[in-house]
Amino acid sequence: MSSIAKKKGFGATIWDYLTTVDHKKIAVMYLAAGGLFFVIGGIEAMLIRIQLAQPDNDFVSAGLFNEIITMHGTTMIFLAAMPILFGFMNAVMPLQIGARDVAFPFLNALGFWLFLFGGIFLNLSWFMGGAPDAGWTSYASLSLASPGHGIDFYALGLQIAGAGTYIGGINFLVTIINMRAPGMTYMRMPLFTWTTFVASALILFAFPPLTIGLFFLILDRMFGGNFFDHTMGGNTIIWEHLFWIFGHPEVYILILPAFGIFSEIFALFSRKRLFGYSSMVFATVLIGFLGFMVWAHHMFTVGLGPTANAIFAVATMAIAVPTGMKIFNWLLTIWGGSIKVTTPMLYALGFIPSFVAGGVTGIMQAAAPLDYQLHDSYFIVAHFHYVIVGGVVLAILAAVHLYWPLMFNQMLSEKLGKWTFWFFFIGFHLTFFIQHFLGLMGMPRRVFTFGANQGWDLFNLISSIGAAFMAVGVIILVVNIIITVVKNVPAGNDPWEDGRTLEWAIPQPVPFYNFKQTPLVRGLDTFWIEKQEGNKVGMTYAEPLSDIHMPNNSFIPFVMTLGLFIAAFGALYHGEKDWAIPVLVLGIAITVGSMAVRSIKDDHGFHIHKEDLMNDKGGK
Amino acid sequence: MSHDAQVYVRSQTEFEYIKQKRRKDMRNQITTFGIMIFLTLISFTAVAADFSVYLIVPVILLLAAIQVVLQLYYFMHMSEKNHQVVAFFLYSAVMLAFTFILTFLTIIWWG
Repeated sequence: MSSIAKKKGFGATIWDYLTTVDHKKIAVMYLAAGGLFFVIGGIEAMLIRIQLAQPDNDFVSAGLFNEIITMHGTTMIFLAAMPILFGFMNAVMPLQIGARDVAFPFLNALGFWLFLFGGIFLNLSWFMGGAPDAGWTSYASLSLASPGHGIDFYALGLQIAGAGTYIGGINFLVTIINMRAPGMTYMRMPLFTWTTFVASALILFAFPPLTIGLFFLILDRMFGGNFFDHTMGGNTIIWEHLFWIFGHPEVYILILPAFGIFSEIFALFSRKRLFGYSSMVFATVLIGFLGFMVWAHHMFTVGLGPTANAIFAVATMAIAVPTGMKIFNWLLTIWGGSIKVTTPMLYALGFIPSFVAGGVTGIMQAAAPLDYQLHDSYFIVAHFHYVIVGGVVLAILAAVHLYWPLMFNQMLSEKLGKWTFWFFFIGFHLTFFIQHFLGLMGMPRRVFTFGANQGWDLFNLISSIGAAFMAVGVIILVVNIIITVVKNVPAGNDPWEDGRTLEWAIPQPVPFYNFKQTPLVRGLDTFWIEKQEGNKVGMTYAEPLSDIHMPNNSFIPFVMTLGLFIAAFGALYHGEKDWAIPVLVLGIAITVGSMAVRSIKDDHGFHIHKEDLMNDKGGK
Repeated sequence: MSHDAQVYVRSQTEFEYIKQKRRKDMRNQITTFGIMIFLTLISFTAVAADFSVYLIVPVILLLAAIQVVLQLYYFMHMSEKNHQVVAFFLYSAVMLAFTFILTFLTIIWWG
């Protein structure tokens, strides 16, 4: 590949994205694919709220309702929130630590394609005989009894997408451990990098239990296994444990990067160093650790016995301590700062009360006796939407506005951004606050309709109106994005004017090799230090200008994933169609074959020469 | 990274030091290998000698744990410098796995 860029046609651009190993392009694809799934999951949410807007509604049937709630949860967690966060991690983290790319660019591409094909496979269930309908937790007794292929799509799709996430997590870990620029010690890493690091460690430890659980489920449903079937000596509770050993850390995999994003925003727009940096790092690691010790609090009513319940209740409550530390640190970062209320800052300010509310109801549920009352009621629905929407989704929306100029060299409209925020924020509280009371009044979750005159009618209607507000907010965001992309006004570097960390120091648009010379990091908030000292280029360099080694693009990740995608259809129709086994074998052969090609064929990448870097195009 | 060619010539002392270190490493590896074969022999003998199951199982588990440690430290180089991060992640994983197994034993299978 030449290091001199040419103007590309449409086909060439598509091919470029299909084969890219550049973390910035992969980030864009994560964002686009995750955004698409976010919209699909959002439409499913709207269908749920339309169905529940009035009593005895028959907008959707009971069976379809189960499919919609299952796909809403699964899509939002696995295919929207996590990939979008992965997009920001990919876009920002290597720039924050002064790296030219992630440690394994090839694996980075492979991780993305696995996620995308897994997600597509899961969603194909809508058109191929019905979506999964046992809830996103897919508890084994229920999911084993589910007729049709819905659960098979769930198990196989998540297995493929999960492999992608796992690969991505390992990649981020290795990147952060090995590829920090000179001077970037662990205790100088920006908080978003730290939270990426801890979230990746959680992925490393949390995904294997899910993989095992899903394999058991696949074997039970498609290949005659009996892991969860108690009539054959299996044990259905094992699925619940495996799922929640994964599932609880999973929610911290989502919320920790959100914390990181807000930490960046608070420091940036308070124009002040983050208060209590080291305690923030400590709290992040502690939350990550405790996240593994609490999974059984999802299972208090299973009948684990008072001892187990007590242990897990106390461990759960302990998590409030590091989380509280973080909340106070953010408040003290704002305190006395020179605050600019931009769109991202607005989200950050809205996040604190929303997330605290979600945290407080979490502590209520951590008390096992009270949980017996709250379990499977709308109170639970309200709680987890308060932490996930009030935490993760607000962070994602904030980061879209914050990092858009970094990723695309354009500013989203601040005015429309604020409209999005107010619609979304008001709609969010309108939808979910009232659900706490619906829960306390006894409305169970996952019911497709309810009888009139139980005192639930008005509250459900209010909740549905709130959901419409959130939809309007998201539509304004989409309009905002379209307008910005069409206008295409370059934003330049440091568009927020108060950038503190290394990613804002890079010239825009970011060159594909990121840093012409590796920077020297002289403290926390590197860019801020350089600006304070009047450094015009915003960086001190750690090395003289010399050749840069870059990886070649590759189509192999795509083919490798395609093989698994094909194989999944074979597994799905095993024992039902004659072509199932041949297709399974063919798919696996494609994957193994492309792995062999990758292993046997040497690919040493290419060099951007010093002379090219020194001319006015700067190697572009 | 800089890719300008740099030639570094080792001094005689450095050369001697590295040679000595490698010899020591090799001795360690072979010693460990010997110990591991010996441990394996003990396990096989314990089974062949028809001891009580309640003796054999704990003994084999204990020997297996020792084997894993030897394997990690001597064959997979964890005893060398700059392996703290790897060690940290490994021990975290061991600790988590222990917690999970303990809970499975106590609240699923025994409870």
